[in-house]
Amino acid sequence: MLEVLINNDLESEAIYILREVAAQFERPVLLFSGGKDSITLVRLAQKAFFPAKIPFPLMHIDTGHNFPETIAFRDKLVKELGVELIVRNVQDSIDQGKVVEESGKYASRNILQTTTLLDAIEEFKFDACIGGARRDEEKARAKERIFSVRDDFGQWDEKNQRPEVFDMLNGQIELGQNVRVFPISNWTELDVWSYIQKEEIEIPSIYFAHKRKIFLRDGFIWSAEDEVVFRAKDELVEERMVRFRTVGDMSCTSAVLSHADTIEKVVGEIRESKISERGARIDDKRSEAAMEKRKQQGYF
Amino acid sequence: MEVLKIATAGSVDDGKSTLIGRLLYDTKSLTDDKLEAIEKTSKQKGYDYLDFSLVTDGLVAEREQGITIDVAHIYFSTHTKSYIIADTPGHVEYTRNMVTGASTSQAAIILIDARKGVIEQTHRHFFINNLLRIKDVIVAINKMDLVDFSEERYQEIKTDFEELMGKRDYQDQKITFIPVSALKGDNVVNRSDRMTWYKGQTLLEHFEGLDRADIYNVGTPRFPVQYVIRPKTEEFHDFRGFAGKVYGGELSVGDEVVVLPSMTRSRIKDIYFYDKKYQTATRRSSVTITLEDEINVSRGDMLVKANDLPKVEKEFTATVSWMDSRELSVGNKYVLQHGVNKVLAKVENIHHKIKPDYSGIEKGISALAMNDIAQVTFRLNKPIFYDTFKEHRTNGSFILIDNQSNSTAGVGFIE
Repeated sequence: MLEVLINNDLESEAIYILREVAAQFERPVLLFSGGKDSITLVRLAQKAFFPAKIPFPLMHIDTGHNFPETIAFRDKLVKELGVELIVRNVQDSIDQGKVVEESGKYASRNILQTTTLLDAIEEFKFDACIGGARRDEEKARAKERIFSVRDDFGQWDEKNQRPEVFDMLNGQIELGQNVRVFPISNWTELDVWSYIQKEEIEIPSIYFAHKRKIFLRDGFIWSAEDEVVFRAKDELVEERMVRFRTVGDMSCTSAVLSHADTIEKVVGEIRESKISERGARIDDKRSEAAMEKRKQQGYF
Repeated sequence: MEVLKIATAGSVDDGKSTLIGRLLYDTKSLTDDKLEAIEKTSKQKGYDYLDFSLVTDGLVAEREQGITIDVAHIYFSTHTKSYIIADTPGHVEYTRNMVTGASTSQAAIILIDARKGVIEQTHRHFFINNLLRIKDVIVAINKMDLVDFSEERYQEIKTDFEELMGKRDYQDQKITFIPVSALKGDNVVNRSDRMTWYKGQTLLEHFEGLDRADIYNVGTPRFPVQYVIRPKTEEFHDFRGFAGKVYGGELSVGDEVVVLPSMTRSRIKDIYFYDKKYQTATRRSSVTITLEDEINVSRGDMLVKANDLPKVEKEFTATVSWMDSRELSVGNKYVLQHGVNKVLAKVENIHHKIKPDYSGIEKGISALAMNDIAQVTFRLNKPIFYDTFKEHRTNGSFILIDNQSNSTAGVGFIE
């Protein structure tokens, strides 16, 4: 006897959005960072198009400062899914002289990604870029639509967004423009973790507590295991049990002290946490409007 | 978990942001780092209280001007429910963003400043909630601390608001009055000991107690086809699945269905959700349906139960909320998007403009400016399959897209 399908509003909404992307655009792409949000997106895309394959490629804008665990995970996942993976490197943009690497204590390649991303969008003529951003992450993101139109400079016009009513998504754009699509806009960090738990989705090992050489700066915990993270001589290295709550560029992603080494424990820890997810992202602290400014320039 | 979406409406300085901040603060949903940031900035600005608008006003322009321009989505959860608050702007010139925020909400809060009482903007806020047929409306009479927590003042405002309720056309709306002080935290999450005369629920208690079946419009099942899935793999060689979302009611294996517009009949063979088959798909679930017969179905078509057909028409009248800086005029053509279906529409007639302050209608109008609301007749190049908005929230609404600018220029509610 077959069962009655119990609906999950957030999941159904995300699947609906992914199908709209496949139907309304010529050249969509899913931006894949190897982080928990984009891994969740991949599962949702599998669900949206089953039994067919995901009808768009994945693209990773590789800063060159990724955690090795993430890259290994990415390659394994792509192989299993049988989807196309496009990789574009920030290092190439640096070598071509398009961007200049930051220097000093807070140097990060996070902002540099924007140029590489916009070049890739132009190269492949992508008209829709699906991303795992959520509105609960940051206050500028809380303002963004599910279909967010970007001009041919990749810019977001935050004061003139298209109204988005009921379920209807308007993907009509001019040639050269693209739409950033956020299927999990309405999910919270806890929703994502609970979903990963319920669906038994595999995630990179750095999300779980492990021993790591670290050092402290400005109240943040930095990985001391890779030279891409700037460390002054007087910053002492010690070994602690840590995990990463968010996985971005190593140079701007800090760890949290944790003993959560299973998904159950991670979900429990997030539920009790008194610090927001973005509290561990140093680049958001640059100014009150850091995220909004980056988005205006074409960042995700 | 159940997700409840609430839209807020209030005029400038009615304390909307403070109320949202208070909800987050008292439910312990504000993390330490966000709270620290609020404390720091409030102090820098020289305020002697916490400026919660920093939680919701996410754009530079909003913080500069101290007003909300666009909808912010704020999230918090309790043991019972997950909440999404659409913090919508109160300014007249941002009516379109208010419609945006409220269109997907099941409940709404209308804020009234206890000192000012019911003002013209309150009429507009109630009108929009009414137009969108939001089932549960809370009238939060705020700043009670500034009127000495006076029951008399509360009753006065309640009576004024009840007068408005007589003017609405959507009667099936539950309205609850709650006296609050968002700044001091009275009756938001915690019960006030300064208004013992109020015996009702706090704001949060009210939302916690809402029953899902009460607030979601059900309607009859409609299944607009979003995408046709044809894997052409060895295992699924002949698979033709119709992917979409079930709106209203439910669909089951074996149901006799009609495909619109072709009017072909068939039966539901399988209902897939990912790699599992189900007997029944309930409303709002995104499933993939296969049919017993090999018939032609494409995106924009709609599956409905054979004994329950929608209207299939090329001409209809709707209430339109205009959202674009370019005017809507008689004779203009637009792309009309109804669900996932797109047709061309020509404006045949503008019957009258409706004043959202309940002061009546204005006839002899030939064009609509931004934020105008009017009754308009459209003629289409192809028929659409619709219900009235009264019967079916999703299948009774549409958007109008300007083909030159591609902007979503208006939203319509079919009568």
